[in-house]
Amino acid sequence: MTHQPLQSEVTHHYLRPKKKFPNVWCAGCGNGIVMGALIRAIDKLGLDKNDVAVISGIGCSSRMPVYLDFNTLHTTHGRALAFATGVKIAKPQMKVIVITGDGDALAIGGNHFIHACRRNIDITAVLINNKIYGMTGGQFAPTTPGGMIATTAPHGNYEKQFDVVKLAIGAGASYVARGTVYHVTQLEKLITGGLRKKGFALIDAFSNCHTYYGRMNREGDAVAMIRWFKKHAMPVEAAARIPPEKLKDKFITGLIHETDATEFCEEYHWLVDRLSGKEAEK
Amino acid sequence: MTMQKAIVKMLQGNEACVYGALYAGVEFFAGYPITPSTEIAEGMARELPRRGGKFIQMEDEIGSIAAVIGAANAGCKAMTATSGPGFSLMQENIGYAYMTETPCVIINVQRGGPSTGLPTKIAQSDTMQARWGTHGDYTAIAVAPSSARECFSETVRAFNLSERFRTPVIVLTDEVLGHMREIMTIPQAGELRVVDRVRPDVPHEWYRHFEITPSFVSPMASFGEGYRYNVSGLTHDQDGFPTAIPEEIKTKLDKLRLKIERYIDEITSFRTEMMDDAHVAVISYGSVARAAYQAVRMARERRIKVGAIQPFTIWPLGEIRLRELLIPIKKVIVAELNMGQLVHEIRRVAPRHTEVFSLNRYDGEVMTPHQILDKIREVL
Ligand SMILES: Cc1ncc(C[n+]2csc(CCOP(=O)(O)OP(=O)(O)O)c2C)c(N)n1
Ligand code: SF4
Repeated sequence: MTHQPLQSEVTHHYLRPKKKFPNVWCAGCGNGIVMGALIRAIDKLGLDKNDVAVISGIGCSSRMPVYLDFNTLHTTHGRALAFATGVKIAKPQMKVIVITGDGDALAIGGNHFIHACRRNIDITAVLINNKIYGMTGGQFAPTTPGGMIATTAPHGNYEKQFDVVKLAIGAGASYVARGTVYHVTQLEKLITGGLRKKGFALIDAFSNCHTYYGRMNREGDAVAMIRWFKKHAMPVEAAARIPPEKLKDKFITGLIHETDATEFCEEYHWLVDRLSGKEAEK
Repeated sequence: MTMQKAIVKMLQGNEACVYGALYAGVEFFAGYPITPSTEIAEGMARELPRRGGKFIQMEDEIGSIAAVIGAANAGCKAMTATSGPGFSLMQENIGYAYMTETPCVIINVQRGGPSTGLPTKIAQSDTMQARWGTHGDYTAIAVAPSSARECFSETVRAFNLSERFRTPVIVLTDEVLGHMREIMTIPQAGELRVVDRVRPDVPHEWYRHFEITPSFVSPMASFGEGYRYNVSGLTHDQDGFPTAIPEEIKTKLDKLRLKIERYIDEITSFRTEMMDDAHVAVISYGSVARAAYQAVRMARERRIKVGAIQPFTIWPLGEIRLRELLIPIKKVIVAELNMGQLVHEIRRVAPRHTEVFSLNRYDGEVMTPHQILDKIREVL
């Protein structure tokens, strides 16, 4: 019988031996749970570490690549997808994964986000959505729900929010899913699906920032916040059978959208082929 | 080797930059249209896919330079081209390239500013931005051609310097240079030197992406080759991991400076004309240098002992060599299409006995030889 590796053994295989732990995250932060799910997804697919590039912007969530034993690029705030676009086009054979926060991807990086979706470039983006700016200490994000408290919304947030899933679908992403840090098995599967998909894949991963969002909005500690995800998540299949008024305080999880569209690097490759064919005919 | 037939072309400065980049082995271009640089993106869109290279029009200049840096880390010789407003947008990520020691080339076809300024008119008002554009301490390299032929050769040199020193290199041209057409002979393969980045020759597990070497330049592996290093814009140690240790911070910043400062003689390059017996000198770069040579010839006809100095490398300027050139000079005129930028550096560098005068134009027009001649006569 072969030895079945323990979960922690799998994880450690993908963590950087040289990098000193502990990490920068608060105890109980959902970022680590997402990292675990990503590692297991990569492991399930049997990807070669050398062929994986993990690229991030700036934020608590974006610190993840530093710990991972892949080709890692920790870039500037909001620009991870643009850097990743360069890496992917330069080396289309590589698996390119982007780790981004909701502020990183949707505020400062919103433009790159919609254009990465539109190009349908083969990048898997895991957006760790904690509805707040964690790294800078709890300012409101484009995802902070109305009425909620943030350091820059001390009287309650009066701005409207992005639904990143709708945004990604509208902009042309070919795989759009949502998971949470409570539903870890599902999250792993959704990331696996995204990695398998040829085209732009977005996994909106609801996560807890108990340190700021939770504390300011009296949503409790990490455990309480993660329980909230359990209570309010509604699988997309189940949601289809339920009248809309019953979905009011729920959010949809699962694989929400999938289409087959040609991928950017593929199109470019065809162009190069076409031009070289033309040249040969002359 | 077979003798190739010399290719003579009538080229715009912008087109010459494209051919220069291709000569240097550019494999990746990302850009966003902006006058007066757009012909570079258009040329790349036409030529790169034909040669198996990669072209992408990004959603803005921030994304363009980001994609360039991504591609460079994936092993490509990569570049972008822009003008003032786009150059401003790129600054944060240009700083990322300095910090992460990523080779890449940024061409700035200068136009008048500030802001949208003069999209179709000439200026040299980004001279200082090319040196100090992004925040923080770093040492920049910027080169400046003054003709189509030099647009070609300086673009090649920019790639060489960026590969050699693992750093972004800025090419400063301008609207007139970019659009003016001139006859030039395309250098044949092998005629100009082409430099590639030094690759690591150690086992994967020994590799350190930012290793402190005796030359201060670290060999560079690419993504996907088995080295699996970390790249971060956070101040980092030799392995690329963020650090807050004072010695490591200082070591990193010194590395960025020393890898360039140590090689000033290799990086800087000047053209001088009629400097042997000159008492007066005109210093200028880019388009203005053409007018300066003409003005110097006109002045010589009037028996004025004047010479011209044209730095091809604007940053670093090469102060030791420049000071040597200025020792016999009593009066030096710095002619620029701005309110006076390079002149500050010349004042800093000039020997004490050399008086420095500033000649400026910032109305969107070219500097004429007569303007320079008038200034020469005025300061005599
Ligand atoms: C250009 C720029 N502007 C602002 C910042 C400051 N900043 C760092 S992280 C961050 C927000 C991070 O929020 P999010 O992306 O949601 O990530 P989280 O920390 O919540 O994981 C901001 C505003 C920066 N680093 N760069
Ligand atoms: S501040 Fe919030 S997002 Fe950042 S590590 Fe702590 S819990 Fe996580």
